[in-house]
Amino acid sequence: MITAMMASSYNAKEEDGHHSGAAGHGGAGADKSRKPDNTAFKQQRLPAWQPILTAGTVLPAFFVIGLIFIPIGIGLYVTSNNIKEFEIDYTGVDSKSECYACARNFSWNSTTPCTCSMNFTLEQPFESNVFMYYGLSNFYQNHRRYVKSRDDSQLNGDPTALKDPSKECEPYRTSEGLPIAPCGAIANSLFNDTLELHYVDSNGTKVEIPLVKKGIAWWTDKHVKFRNPNGNTNLTVAFQGTSKPVNWGKPVYELDPLDPENNGFINEDFIVWMRTAALPTFRKLYRIIQKKSSTTPTLPSGRYILSITYNYPVLSFDGRKRMILSTISWMGGKNPFLGIAYITVGSICFFLGVVLLIIHHKYDNRNTSADIPN
Amino acid sequence: MEKKKREEDTGGTSNKSAPKVKQRQRKKKSKESKTRTVHANTLYDSAKGEENPNRHYANNKIKTTKYTLLSFLPKNLFEQFHRFANVYFVFIALLNFVPVVNAFQPELALAPVVFILSVTAIKDLWEDYRRHRSDKEINHMDCLVYSRTERRYVEIYWKEVRVGDFIRLRCNEILPADVLLLSSSDPDRLCHIETATLDGETNLKQRQVVRSFYDLDCDFDPLKYNSVIECEKPNNDLSRFRGYIIHRNGRRDALYKDNLLLRGCTIRNTEEAVGIVIYAGHETKAMLNNNGPRYKRSKLERQMNVDVFWCVIILLVMCLFAAVGHGLWMFQYGDKRPVFDVLSPEGADLSPIMSAIYLFLTMIIVFQVLIPISLFVSIEIVKICQVYFIHNDLELYDEETDSHLQCRALNITEDLGQMQYIFSDKTGTLTENKMVFRRCTVAGVEYSHDANARRLAMYQEVDSEEEECMSHGGTLPRRDSVTSHQSARVVLRSQSTKSHRRTGSRAEAKRASILSKHTAFSSPMEKNITPDPQLLDKVNECSSQMDFMRFHSQSMSTLPSDLCDIIDFFIALTICNTVVVSSPNQPRQKVRMRFELKSPVKTIEDFIKRFTPSRLTSAESPDEAALVYAARAYKCSLVGRLPDQVTVELPHLGKLSFELLHTLGFDSTRKRMSVVVRHPLTDQITVYTKGADSVIMDLIRPSSHDASGKRQKKILYRTQNYLNQYAADGLRTLCIAKKVLSKEEYACWLQRHLQAETAIQGREELLFESALRLETNLHLLGATGIEDRLQDGVPETIASLRRAGLQIWVLTGDKQETAVNIAYACKLLDPEEELLTLNADSQEACALLLDESLHYIQAKFLCSSSDQAPKAYLSNMADSDLYSSLLVHRLGLVIDGRTLAYALDRTLEDKFLAVARSCRSVLCCRSTPLQKSMVVKLVRNKLKVMTLAIGDGANDVSMIQVADVGVGISGQEGMQAVMASDFALPRFSYLQKLLLVHGHWCYSRLANMILYFFYKNAMFVALIFWYQFYCGFSGSAMIDQWYLIFFNLMFSAFPQLITGTLDKNVSAETLQRLPQLYKNGQNSEEYKPYMFWMNMIDAFYQSLVCFFIPYFAYSDSEVDLFTWGTPITTIALFTILLHLGIETKTWTWMNWSSICFSIALFFTVALCYNASCPTCYSPSNPYWTIQRLLQDPQFYFLCVITPCSALLPRYFYRACQGTLFPSVVQVGRQLDKLPSETRQNILSLSGVAAGSQLSPQPQFLSTNKSLPKDGVGKNTVAQLYQKEDAGRDKETCKDVYSLVNTEGDTLPYTKDLPGGQLNISTQSSGGLVRSAEESHVLPNIDCVELPPEHGPSCVRYKRSPEEALQNRTEHKIHVAL
Repeated sequence: MITAMMASSYNAKEEDGHHSGAAGHGGAGADKSRKPDNTAFKQQRLPAWQPILTAGTVLPAFFVIGLIFIPIGIGLYVTSNNIKEFEIDYTGVDSKSECYACARNFSWNSTTPCTCSMNFTLEQPFESNVFMYYGLSNFYQNHRRYVKSRDDSQLNGDPTALKDPSKECEPYRTSEGLPIAPCGAIANSLFNDTLELHYVDSNGTKVEIPLVKKGIAWWTDKHVKFRNPNGNTNLTVAFQGTSKPVNWGKPVYELDPLDPENNGFINEDFIVWMRTAALPTFRKLYRIIQKKSSTTPTLPSGRYILSITYNYPVLSFDGRKRMILSTISWMGGKNPFLGIAYITVGSICFFLGVVLLIIHHKYDNRNTSADIPN
Repeated sequence: MEKKKREEDTGGTSNKSAPKVKQRQRKKKSKESKTRTVHANTLYDSAKGEENPNRHYANNKIKTTKYTLLSFLPKNLFEQFHRFANVYFVFIALLNFVPVVNAFQPELALAPVVFILSVTAIKDLWEDYRRHRSDKEINHMDCLVYSRTERRYVEIYWKEVRVGDFIRLRCNEILPADVLLLSSSDPDRLCHIETATLDGETNLKQRQVVRSFYDLDCDFDPLKYNSVIECEKPNNDLSRFRGYIIHRNGRRDALYKDNLLLRGCTIRNTEEAVGIVIYAGHETKAMLNNNGPRYKRSKLERQMNVDVFWCVIILLVMCLFAAVGHGLWMFQYGDKRPVFDVLSPEGADLSPIMSAIYLFLTMIIVFQVLIPISLFVSIEIVKICQVYFIHNDLELYDEETDSHLQCRALNITEDLGQMQYIFSDKTGTLTENKMVFRRCTVAGVEYSHDANARRLAMYQEVDSEEEECMSHGGTLPRRDSVTSHQSARVVLRSQSTKSHRRTGSRAEAKRASILSKHTAFSSPMEKNITPDPQLLDKVNECSSQMDFMRFHSQSMSTLPSDLCDIIDFFIALTICNTVVVSSPNQPRQKVRMRFELKSPVKTIEDFIKRFTPSRLTSAESPDEAALVYAARAYKCSLVGRLPDQVTVELPHLGKLSFELLHTLGFDSTRKRMSVVVRHPLTDQITVYTKGADSVIMDLIRPSSHDASGKRQKKILYRTQNYLNQYAADGLRTLCIAKKVLSKEEYACWLQRHLQAETAIQGREELLFESALRLETNLHLLGATGIEDRLQDGVPETIASLRRAGLQIWVLTGDKQETAVNIAYACKLLDPEEELLTLNADSQEACALLLDESLHYIQAKFLCSSSDQAPKAYLSNMADSDLYSSLLVHRLGLVIDGRTLAYALDRTLEDKFLAVARSCRSVLCCRSTPLQKSMVVKLVRNKLKVMTLAIGDGANDVSMIQVADVGVGISGQEGMQAVMASDFALPRFSYLQKLLLVHGHWCYSRLANMILYFFYKNAMFVALIFWYQFYCGFSGSAMIDQWYLIFFNLMFSAFPQLITGTLDKNVSAETLQRLPQLYKNGQNSEEYKPYMFWMNMIDAFYQSLVCFFIPYFAYSDSEVDLFTWGTPITTIALFTILLHLGIETKTWTWMNWSSICFSIALFFTVALCYNASCPTCYSPSNPYWTIQRLLQDPQFYFLCVITPCSALLPRYFYRACQGTLFPSVVQVGRQLDKLPSETRQNILSLSGVAAGSQLSPQPQFLSTNKSLPKDGVGKNTVAQLYQKEDAGRDKETCKDVYSLVNTEGDTLPYTKDLPGGQLNISTQSSGGLVRSAEESHVLPNIDCVELPPEHGPSCVRYKRSPEEALQNRTEHKIHVAL
């Protein structure tokens, strides 16, 4: 019985298998021969542009580039030249410098502030808003370990990171058993000179020029990236149980005694400093001098006094400190390089174009005519 | 005897004394490790498995998967780490976990390596899964196995089959294991199998039941079986099986391969068979033959690895530089640690030296991209795509056999573009291996078969006629890729309609070949043989006489001996072979059904009726089949073949059955086969032998001193003459001989033969000796001449491959005369060439010959170096630069196997090579497979050239394996060559497109891609290197680590893959028409060592630009690290993409879209990444960076100027190069740009010039690279011709000028031409007229003068056409010592 069933089932199966197999084969044979499809893609016949680089064909490109670049370059150069910029070095390397004394006997841990002031003259009046920068040279803010030495979560107001800063902050992570807020080497080395600007008017009186300290940081930094723990309510409480960075004279919540909104991690000077510079010579925006009215220049030409509270030592690593006043254009600060580069590259292109033209005329005339489709 | 007894013991009585058996088994194992003993499982209770002596053998479950779920991860990783690069990258990634040296977030640094590893792992996993599925399917197939408990056959899965099981097999079933055939439903105890899955041969093979079960009348009962089988251990030799079976009564019977049914074969024609499983599962021969794909490393890859090594050096130098720089930087601060120099995480104050050491490691991490991690993966991807395109090429598809090119080795496609030497087999490769009987000589009388020759000629005419009308209808010759498809369609249709009205047309030949695919017989051309009337008469007369004699029972010996010879001759033709006859109504027909479905049923059915004779014949070799068909034409037809009997139908005599006593098969050492039969008419034991004339002629011993002996000698002499004549006509010759044995002689021989048969050790040698003993003192019957037709397009292919600078050597086992003639036929040898023939009988003679040849060549051709004494020349033999100094002359070298054996000796091989190398073509005849491979090896190793071996048969396998690239022709002789090959082609002529087009493309694509990769990574890494000067060598990077890591992997990955896959530097048509362009790859011109360095220099220049323009643009500004780094990344991306753009020759929409995609991907990723998280991604924390940059006009100005100035030099250089000193390839590309008509003209001109016989061009001039450039600013097209064809084609060039002239502008072209010959410049019509005129012009200008600066001494080559025609001289040296 079982045998019979088995046999019958076997036969059925076999027939089935055979059938389907044959059908499969047949089907495969009938419409699916192994012949490859004759499509442009499979036969590698896709329509294509085949440029041939010869003097004749690339010549227009050189001239076009030349002709476009030179005017752009001139435009950029002019724009950059219209920007007024004034720079004064107040490091005090030179013994004649007013800040020489401060520079000499200063170190990070001194408690008494040292002040000095420098006189300078603006030959030309500065129209529109003037940006006041402090510049540092030879300061490697881009050092690999320095760049890493921060805790972004802590700066974003994360309460756990406040109490337990990231390991990256080492060795500026804790001080005397308390976590440092803000931790890390960048924060620790915060630029802490205070600069004030006085205009000496014609009758010799010093007029303090109002320096705006708001709006110097990126908006996203101030409002998104940097946040105080527990919002902005009572920073003293919020930062309880943390220690100030070793080099700082005061805790983070007292950075700006005048404006409580500019304290803690969202202090704009602090934010600006935390954005590490790309190159060892850099400037950072310090203050903005707002244009008062359309008639009078923001900074009229004349004598000025720069008063410095000298706190920041740079001489140990042969650094320099500068104060820069600059207007800006749509292209940013004063930098004639891009304009010159455009003019140079444009001229080179033009010149090479001429060379190619000569080559083309001397050697290449057959090819071009061959290229002309009939 | 004792041994036998013991085995019987173990087999029969083991049930009673299990422990004893075990002991013995163990003993036996140690003693007889070379055999396997198989008992029937029915003797053992399945419940007590441990008693079964078969239990140690593998079961039938197959598992081809590499991994299991558990072992996948470790095993796969282990395998991947075999690649050094992977280890390196993992090392780098792990280095990141060390806090002191880490450069990136450790997890992130792992990403690329994990990505690469996982891509490979997923690929492996997928492949393994597919294997697993197919395994499962196979394991669960059903088969019938005898069950002891149920006493009948039950259905079980394949995987449950064990060694010792009895299996019942039915028709069309596939064998689940290697089975010893014990019973068959066939009355003759035969079983037919088809071995297509094993070797691709579709002809049926007979297997026979083991002799002792032969006479079994009733059905085979497994329960009664209690013999023991002793056989060899599992091995992978398909054509060998040895062993014996021991019966209860102590009888021993030998087992042959004819008793074994192999796993994977299909049972045909046999209703039912029963066998015992001998090998199962992985121990079956089929499985043991399953080797994985071959791994070869291409030349380009070897070259690349050198440069990877250089990259490592550069990397180390850069790291060392940075480390020293850091140390110095630290040192300058002394003890005063600046605020920005942060202590190490541990708070330790590092000394400058320590931190320099740490920095060194950090820099390795930062610069790791210099060693391109994605290069290896990308190359693999590109190669797969290239293989895909090669597979899909319509022009490499053969309609007749429905087969296309197969790339079996995936990783050496680019080697195809760098070949220098081609070693080709002759039979089946150059020729079709479709044998056509042409003429024969019997008993010293030649029958020329003129009618047959005429008929064959007619076929050829029909062929060409049809091709002509096809090309008229389809407008263009089939090389034109654009229309090829349409024309192919047209062909098909016209053929199918034609096949109705005209018999014997090519269309039917095609149909027939589609029908029977691989079987030896395909076209009626081979089957229909018009008999020679004279011979036919004689056959009729003879047979009628014999019939008469038989009727009157007279002795046959009274027959005239020449008539007797004739009938014996045809009997020998009919039975002395292994041809199997099967009637069409047997199950085998079923297999054929699937072919029928392919085309309209009606036509095919009547077609089969008309063209399939009542019997289907399947032969193992086409020679045999041709002879059988020839005999059939004389009414001597093979009716049936059984293992012990052959039935032949003769005119008047009717069916005669010959008792087949022995078949001594063909082997390559004996070069003959014999059958021993009992003649039914004379009742004599007769040996019929068929074999190569060289061996048979030596075995003929005419009985001396009497009249018949004299006659015999005369016949011998005449036959030899005819044989020489046949060979001169390019026919394959076979001699037929017979021998009559007396009963005593036979008995004597038989005894020793049987001993040989049953021997287990050294059986082959014994059988060989036994055969030698038999095949002596033969009586010559006659000889046959079989034609092997050249394949289509072989001469053209050889001509164009040769123009491509390839040296073609033919290595054949054929006779010298045949080989030479075929070589002339396929234009391998030129009638105008001199021929050096080397035939030597000894080592000394060979040495002498070689020396003499060298002197001769030197005296004749090396007049420029005549100051060099020949002695010095010879003493410098070992110098490799000697080889390169030799030029290739218009000489052909022919060497035979024996001489070759001497020449390949270590002492002579250098000389041989020096001679062979300076000849244009080399022909090695009578060479054995081993010699073939030795020649290839010699050339490959000594000359350091790329070699390609192409062949179709088993005798070519070793040469295919030795060569750099092995190509198999999937033709008539089974699949062994294909199995061993890297590429399998349906026809020889496809080699042209494969090498000239695909090889060229693959090579140039890959070479360019690799160079680009090196450039790209160097350029990117150098950016960071320059930055180290501005960050105190602290290992800081301005490029965000995410960009740094994914730049290669994502942003810049796709365009280069597209270009690497699709770029065509010259169109396929131009490449085929101008084979000279192939030299580009041969000389590795796309990727030379200096190019790597040029690319590196360019990369450093570009990175300088890309670094310093942003540097100055942002110097002394408030820019922060990553706001400055992001533009640099962007600029680098643009520069890299534009660089690729300059190097891209063909822009399809794929290129455009891939570049757009890359840029879009970068900005999308950047925008998302910079907006995603304000606190993550320490330390860069790039929140809102790119968003601000995009609002900054300066960013855009930078992005425009920097790539422009970075690429300016390269762009300018490329433009100048394109004009001032274009490479040959560039000229080819310019040719592509010409309007199609002009291009056609130019190409057809060059085609005619090269293909025409009227161009006795001095080849050695054309390959002469030192030909001075004649002035820079020449017409590039003309220059090409001047370069390639030296002076000969000056006229052609002028015509090119004039042609271009008429198309484009006017006069400037003619300015640097010598005057005169420009009278045709105004002619604007097409190239047909042009080329016609051309051929008139050419013979008259056959004068070549090399420019004087080439050498002070003479190179003047002048020859008038008359001279040229007379010049077919043969410089033959025969030395016999």
